[in-house]
Amino acid sequence: MTLLTTVFAAIICTIIWYKNAPKSEMRVDILCWMYWGASIMWLVDAIFEYAELQAEYFTPSPVEMLNDFYLGLSVVALGLVIWLTILLIKDPNGVVKASLFKNN
Amino acid sequence: MACFIVPIAEAIVTTVAAKVIQSKEKEPEALKIATETGGFERETKIPFSRKLKWLSNLLWGGSVLLAFEHVWHGEIVPWFPFLTAAGNPSDAAEMLHEMSTVGVAMSVLVTVVWIGMLVVSNIIEKRALKHQPAV
Repeated sequence: MTLLTTVFAAIICTIIWYKNAPKSEMRVDILCWMYWGASIMWLVDAIFEYAELQAEYFTPSPVEMLNDFYLGLSVVALGLVIWLTILLIKDPNGVVKASLFKNN
Repeated sequence: MACFIVPIAEAIVTTVAAKVIQSKEKEPEALKIATETGGFERETKIPFSRKLKWLSNLLWGGSVLLAFEHVWHGEIVPWFPFLTAAGNPSDAAEMLHEMSTVGVAMSVLVTVVWIGMLVVSNIIEKRALKHQPAV
């Protein structure tokens, strides 16, 4: 479930990136790298787990699924927080800078 | 347990390598690309340091999120030795085994995906060169 959640996040981010690249300065590519990297790594984890559990791997208990989904959502949220932090620090459109030096 | 350490190690190596290569690279070769509207666009060949950054981005991004999963499962703690498995020899042996199997496989698959990206980007670059009209 964590793998699925991250893969969907990666796909959505890639579509958003493709729609706006190369003009966009929102740095959605950071999200794409993070989610795709994590998806590949969790895919390997899933393959090893499948080799160990066989068919049982595809029939997790509802509690396990819910916990994994909760973890997946938390991972997506962490990715968004990292992206937002980088975006605000790099401030490609100068919005933060303009707000800080605003007179009133 | 600590499989993410292997991709992190690779990420450190690729980040340093990208910085070194970037400092030694010359000005990228400029290409004149014909657009569909009949005009021309100037494009530069993608330098290898930039391509290497794709790999380090994948590795860093994935490792950070994977490390979070380990925190979630209580495998990373904020006190020494930071990895709960490193606390006793039997768990440490299991951790090393996982690093050498799952961790290495993760690094290999990410690198294979990156090689695939290199192949595709090379094809795109070559195609752009092929369509370049004789000046």
